[in-house]
Formats: sequence, structure tokens, C-alpha cells
Amino acid sequence: MKLGVLFSGGKDSTLALQKAMQKEEIACLITVASKNPESYMFHTPNIDVTRMQAESIGLPLVRVETSGQKELELVDLSKAIIEAKKEHRIEGVVTGAIESVYQAERIQRICDKLDLWCHNPLWKLDQENLLRQILENQYRVIISGVFAHPLDDSWLGREIRADTITELVKLREKFQISPSGEGGEIETTVLDAPFFKKRIEITKAEKKYALNSGTYDIIEARTVEK
Amino acid sequence: MTLVLDMNMWKDSLGADEFVKPILSVIGVCEVRHYLEEFDTAPYDRVILSGTPLKDDEYLNHPDAFKWLKKYDKPVLGICAGMQAMAAAYGAKVEKCQEIGMAEIRTLVDNPLFSGTFKAYELHNYAVKSTKKFITLAESNKCTQAIKHPKKPQYGILFHPEARNIDVMEAFIR
Repeated sequence: MKLGVLFSGGKDSTLALQKAMQKEEIACLITVASKNPESYMFHTPNIDVTRMQAESIGLPLVRVETSGQKELELVDLSKAIIEAKKEHRIEGVVTGAIESVYQAERIQRICDKLDLWCHNPLWKLDQENLLRQILENQYRVIISGVFAHPLDDSWLGREIRADTITELVKLREKFQISPSGEGGEIETTVLDAPFFKKRIEITKAEKKYALNSGTYDIIEARTVEK
Repeated sequence: MTLVLDMNMWKDSLGADEFVKPILSVIGVCEVRHYLEEFDTAPYDRVILSGTPLKDDEYLNHPDAFKWLKKYDKPVLGICAGMQAMAAAYGAKVEKCQEIGMAEIRTLVDNPLFSGTFKAYELHNYAVKSTKKFITLAESNKCTQAIKHPKKPQYGILFHPEARNIDVMEAFIR
């Protein structure tokens, strides 16, 4: 089955891509770049890095922009999926949804309307288990956004390693923060994974932080042979 | 030991990641078989039939794969596709009835799995047509949501308890 993967460049959509690659043919990545940093549907920090990630993986990227208004972004998502269906003849869509019935329901409806399969291979995956899979698969992932107390600017740009996971799990116990960021507490950017033909190296980045939220903006990066 | 039947179109599919693995994480130790495989249900204490992706209704084309149900008297829980396959095995009809997303479920008959009015996640194109072959335990505004065999502890539920109502599954395996 030829599939398009909804791809934000973060750990969840990258792991969903890896799982889908193991079982089906991936025809393209689909990115919706939202201008709304508070989008309910789409990961926003460093969304433009998806171009470099797609090149590193060796897959075509279908990219559409959205103003990010609540229901309008679904129209734009639908446009992106229609383009992927037309250009790459996809028969279905893969998402990195884990818990959010809000996301899952909306994407299911779009796929149903377009007569496409909808797969969510990470659905209900335990958060610590997900983070462990990221480590076991030797992903290089950085935290590119924090959006909840007590995550301060020291977390921005940090690589997710075993010690980071231990700290995030402790924060869950004390502050009810989802360790994998499923509640939107953290966003991530993947710099390398086993199926990346090249890794991504950040050469210039900037931290922006105020009032319990911040982003690690990648200003310049390059792909490097592995 | 619980047997979980993977109702997806083929074995080890992406659908199994989404509709079988979440069941396993709730019930713990169990065995998994694909519904088209040859298997003997006799050694198992109970059987759970999984759901499938919205576009996968292939199980409706294989009624013979569920003939074992009529001879099996132990507990069964059919979830969504599993409910439809179970009901069809006993001669009930399946009809078009689509729900996607959260729906309100109203309990009609007291039962050991759930009670009252609650919200649950739906993802289906078909539902079991109202029938005298089963007791209707619950409904939503659109479809029959839960049924029970009149004599056996065998249940069908249309919503996905593994998504938002794991207490229903915990009550079944208790």
C-alpha cells in the first residue's frame, strides 16, 4: 500500500514513519506549516527543517502553508493530502497521533472523505515506551519547544538521552507533565535516525523564552554524510 | 489465558499496531492469532476480537472464520469489527452506520461491563442491526452500541474501549 506520512519533523511523526516503512511503501512526506504557534493540529517549531529531513531520508515532501486558524487549517491539511494523492498516488495516510482523539477524529474524517486509509501506528503507545524506542533506535532528537511550567530555557536545544527521559518522568510525577510531550508540553526536532541517509547538523540557532514557553529556532543547518 | 484475535485484513499490519497492541497493553499476558489462521479456542479462558481501520471491512467476507463462536461458551468480547463478526456468526445482520469520533453512549440494560451514560470513541462504517438474537445493552443516537448473547457471557461493543474506556475491558477480564 502506498502511503503518505504526515510529517512534522518531531520524534512522533518520525517514529510513525519508521514503523510504516517497515510494513508498507512510503511514497511521500506531507507537511503542513502552520503560522499559528498555538495550533491544535500541527507541531510548529522548526517546521521548515522538514525539507532537510525529507532530503536526508530520500523521500519527496508535499508541503502546504496554513494561517493556522482553528478549522481552516483542516482545509489546508485536506489540500495537502489531496496533492499527495494526485502527485504520489497514495492510498492512505500515516499519522503520529498517540492520544489525541481531537487530531485522530479530524484526520480520519478527511481520509474517509478522500477514500484513503488512515493509520496511526503509535496509537495509545505508552509514553515512556515511546521515548525508549527513540533511544533504542539511536535517534538524535533535540527539544525544540517547551510550553509548560517548570520547563525553562535550559531545556531548549537539549538532546533527548536516557538522563533527559529520567528527568521528564520525574516531572510527570510532580507536575503531571507528559514525558513525551503528548499534551503539547514539549516539541522536538529529529536530527538523525537509522533510516536517514545523512544527518542534520545545526550551525546556528537561537533560544526564545518568556512566560513558561519558548522555542529553539534553527536558523542555519546543513546535512552531513554519515 | 486470553486469546486476542487480530481482525485486520492481514497479519502484522499497521492496523494491528493501532487496534491490537492497545488491547494487549490493557489486558497484559495473552496470546494473539490472526482471525484467518487455524487455531483452537478450547484452551483459552476468553477471547477478544479486535477492531480494524475504518476502510478494513474484509472480515465481513469471511463468515466461516467465525463458525467456532457457536460452539464456544466461554466469555467473548467483540470490539467494533469484532462485534460485527460475532453478531454475523449468530445470524444477526450488519448495516451501514458510520460514526467517527466521540459519541454519547446510553446504557439500556444493567450489565457487568459499564453503566449509565458516558462518552466513547467511535470509528466504524457498519453496525449490528437491531436483532432479537442478542440483548441490546447500549445505544448512541445513531447505532446499536453494545449487545450480549442471551445465554452466554459474550459481548459485542461498537465503540473502542481501548481508546477512552479501558475500564470496560478491565471489567471483562476480571
